[in-house]
Amino acid sequence: MGEFKVNKTYAEINEKIKSGKAVVVTAEEIIGIVKENGPVEAAAQVDVVTTGTFAPMCSSGAFLNIGQSTPSVRTTKTWFNDVPAYSGVAAVDSFLGATEVSINDPLNKIHPGEFNYGGAHVLQDLVSGKKVEVRAESYGTDCYPNRKIEKTMTLADMPQAIMCNPRNGYQNYNCAINRTDKTKYTYMGTLKPNMANANYCSAGQLSPLFNDPYLKTIGIGTRIFLGGTQGYVSWSGTQHKSDVQRGLNGVPLTPAGTLFVMGNLKEMSPEWLVAQSIRGYGVSLSMGLGIPIPILNEEMAKFTAVADEDLFTQVVDYGHDYPQAISKSYGQISYAELKSGTIMIQGQEIPTVPLSSMIKARKIAMLLKESIKNGSFLLGEPQHIF
Amino acid sequence: MYSKILILHFPPAVAQKAVVCYLTKKYDLLFNILGAKVSNSKDGYMVLEICGTRDNYKKGVRYLKNQGVRVSSAEQEIWRDTSKCTHCGACTAVCPTQALYVKRPEMEVIYDKDKCTVCELCIVTCPTRAMGLYSSKNTEDMLQ
Ligand code: SF4
Ligand code: SF4
Repeated sequence: MGEFKVNKTYAEINEKIKSGKAVVVTAEEIIGIVKENGPVEAAAQVDVVTTGTFAPMCSSGAFLNIGQSTPSVRTTKTWFNDVPAYSGVAAVDSFLGATEVSINDPLNKIHPGEFNYGGAHVLQDLVSGKKVEVRAESYGTDCYPNRKIEKTMTLADMPQAIMCNPRNGYQNYNCAINRTDKTKYTYMGTLKPNMANANYCSAGQLSPLFNDPYLKTIGIGTRIFLGGTQGYVSWSGTQHKSDVQRGLNGVPLTPAGTLFVMGNLKEMSPEWLVAQSIRGYGVSLSMGLGIPIPILNEEMAKFTAVADEDLFTQVVDYGHDYPQAISKSYGQISYAELKSGTIMIQGQEIPTVPLSSMIKARKIAMLLKESIKNGSFLLGEPQHIF
Repeated sequence: MYSKILILHFPPAVAQKAVVCYLTKKYDLLFNILGAKVSNSKDGYMVLEICGTRDNYKKGVRYLKNQGVRVSSAEQEIWRDTSKCTHCGACTAVCPTQALYVKRPEMEVIYDKDKCTVCELCIVTCPTRAMGLYSSKNTEDMLQ
């Protein structure tokens, strides 16, 4: 630890939080503080920087336990409001994935499909306190003779409901354009032909993993804001990559790190868990995620001070290249340019479209800041770093 | 699925029920009668919400016109349910008139109803279904 001028531990910061003395600012507020005072002084002043993001996280879902019935049942197929949930686990457990669609959905038969109801909508209905029709089947065993159950349940009726996002908080993401002459309906939104719009999806300077580019303070056990309650980082996420090209500030220039996060669905709120029907693509779930970054030293102060103009991504053609797994960039652009409303690609001025809500991201960072300041949110020291 | 609210004006000679029932029989269209005024001697009218494929909808409307029914579209407006809007911005990709736009630097999505031409593109593009088509006052008055 000798290499830094400022050295703080998680325990020391938590003590300050408990006594109401911690200095907490958002990832937008720290930018000016570091610019004015330099990282050493900023690190001495500030204890925690809060981040936030609110965007579709397709890799979401929940383990739902529906409780036993009489006679007992070993559920092998389960549906919630006609949305199938994976039941190849223990009796009355199932995993309801956000992108699973209702059994009667016409999908893309009439392209582009609307995808009006799916797992994400069930999850949103549950956290909104709505009743959900639960149906399950089984082949029947000596110990679990029941072959069919049907009941109406609310989230409160379920013994357990655990939100589980195997791939959340993507550190950077592509900016999508369409170079073909037909409209494309993608998970990056509607892309008009001939590069008529450029869609991107990151909260930029507020985004959690942009503020800790090497994940020095984020690991297993990091306490986070998830869906309106306190959740945890439980592993690195699927498709997590740390060996990527980075800028001089250490921030990846392409999609890189991801997190596996979990939380208690019963404590979540529909304000921070919103189902998405993405035209022509499918159902997804937008989740509110916020991570507090402890300013353990001046290095962390410097990392959290990144601004949109220091953060870059690649422009990728989702019309032709991406579906063919061709990795080609049509330019490297900063989030400051993306947020300005237009970018220049091959001499063409293209209007940009955000898919990640800055309004909600900012609110998450503010809420997290408030709950740390008032002592209701303590830092979780990571037990393992990825 | 395609759905529209139409006002049908029937000249005295045309039997209302029969003509409308044929929309289902011949063109597989579902309808919901939102209001009607029937008269044997004078013009009658009916406000119908019709659902079906876009193709059948067009054929159905052509059929009605061939039967001597005058078809006009109910005055409609696009509204945003602000409680559902997450300010994601997805709708700004398709709105041709910039009635939906991003206010900077806040990155708040604004809906300026005066610029809207009711093209309906935002309705199915908005992932939270915050944008909706509503009948404006004229139709409401007719229904009373
Ligand atoms: S209906 Fe068309 S013009 Fe009106 S807000 Fe929606 S996309 Fe824009
Ligand atoms: S797409 Fe829908 S939720 Fe997103 S900004 Fe537009 S109206 Fe709001």
